[in-house]
Amino acid sequence: MSGVRVLVGTRKGAFILTADAKRDRWDIDGPHFAGWEIYHLKGSQADPDRLYASQSSAWFGQVIQRSNDGGKTWEPAGNQFVYDGVPGSHQWYDGTQHPWEFKRVWHLEPSLTDPDTVYAGVEDAALFRSIDGGQTWLELPGLRGHGSGPSWQPGAGGMCLHTIVLDPSDPGRIFIAISAAGVFRTDDAGRTWRPANRGLHSQGIPDPAAEVGHCVHHMAMHPSRPAVLFMQKHWDVMRSDDAGGSWHEVSGNLPTDFGFAIDVHAHEPNTIYVVPIKSDSEHYPPDGRLRVYRSRTGGHEWEALTNGLPQANCYVNVLRDAMAVDSLHPCGLYFGTTGGQVYASADAGDSWAPVVRDLPAVLSVEVQTLP
Amino acid sequence: MIRVVLPAHLRTLAQVNGEVALHVEGQVTQRSVLDALEARYPMLRGTIRDHATRQRRAFVRFFACSRDLSHELPDASLPEAVATGAEPFLIVGAMAGG
Repeated sequence: MSGVRVLVGTRKGAFILTADAKRDRWDIDGPHFAGWEIYHLKGSQADPDRLYASQSSAWFGQVIQRSNDGGKTWEPAGNQFVYDGVPGSHQWYDGTQHPWEFKRVWHLEPSLTDPDTVYAGVEDAALFRSIDGGQTWLELPGLRGHGSGPSWQPGAGGMCLHTIVLDPSDPGRIFIAISAAGVFRTDDAGRTWRPANRGLHSQGIPDPAAEVGHCVHHMAMHPSRPAVLFMQKHWDVMRSDDAGGSWHEVSGNLPTDFGFAIDVHAHEPNTIYVVPIKSDSEHYPPDGRLRVYRSRTGGHEWEALTNGLPQANCYVNVLRDAMAVDSLHPCGLYFGTTGGQVYASADAGDSWAPVVRDLPAVLSVEVQTLP
Repeated sequence: MIRVVLPAHLRTLAQVNGEVALHVEGQVTQRSVLDALEARYPMLRGTIRDHATRQRRAFVRFFACSRDLSHELPDASLPEAVATGAEPFLIVGAMAGG
């Protein structure tokens, strides 16, 4: 019987939530790696039992964990992330130059076709790849070598490469996003990169329409339409119809166009979801009401989804990697909060229920749809 | 044998209980003890010392015989009581909350 496996990374460990296709009764397994920050964990599409997890702490640094049995057992993999050549420097918060220093892995993106190949987006921003199941990691240095690196600067969370989107129709094409540099695209499997930020407009940088320097929070793509990208930027929800060649705003009637998470319905490429968040710096839902917004028109026109979500006194955040969809029918939608709740909807967002309420702050949520 | 006490999180990572006993060739120093530890437990590489520089991570401390040895030179001899196994070499996570 089909079902789902929800992989939850938190400030103090990882949790694995499983349910059958009804998605109304859940088993909760964890914490794995108790006490460590789990920025992200994700399963391979090529082998759903192969999972990767990014485990880190201020005390003991970065560890990569790998599972070959769907998260029942784990083994440490390689944790040596060495920048290619002389790392150089990037812009610090005050505009001075600051040396590039590895801090942690924010995002792990397994290859769509090979369970042993996995990409790692790291802080300070760079993209690494392993082709041996996470044992060894090599940087794809063309990204930092693009030439704009000295102008990249950290966002509030650090200077992180947090989003990796693989194009299922073209193995050479990868999109990545960095806070705060913006989107870059490669068409040659990571050898060379070019910025893909035309149309973005950001306050807080000297030239609001600069080629590089934008605080992109997250991107999402529907696999059937890889030239269409959706973006939640620091401010503005954006859309590209030409694989990042240009962007236009689709924030429409959202109560605020600030937020972190964005995702696409599994079966409706024009149905997208965001969680509007109040800013600057408050970073909780407007009016204390936790609302997912859905657009069935690829942006511009949004409806609030509130059934089952707290509509008073709610002051949590939903971070950039903390929303995901399954591919069951109807499409399931999941998100986690900094208050430790993981909410699930088995009807594409029409109604919600908490799977679990009291986890540590949720950093990431990924979903595997199991046969 | 050299006795090493790991912090709880590293014991979990290395899948060990209690103290670790290590055979160290030659002079007993921070470096030789940590080299032996990482050779026995490769998953600890990078968690105590930086992979490249081999410098102690900022939030890790080394204690032995009621002394803080964190800032001793890596190739300085450890106390005789550590070298004989009478006292353990303690690897400690800095007391920084969390």
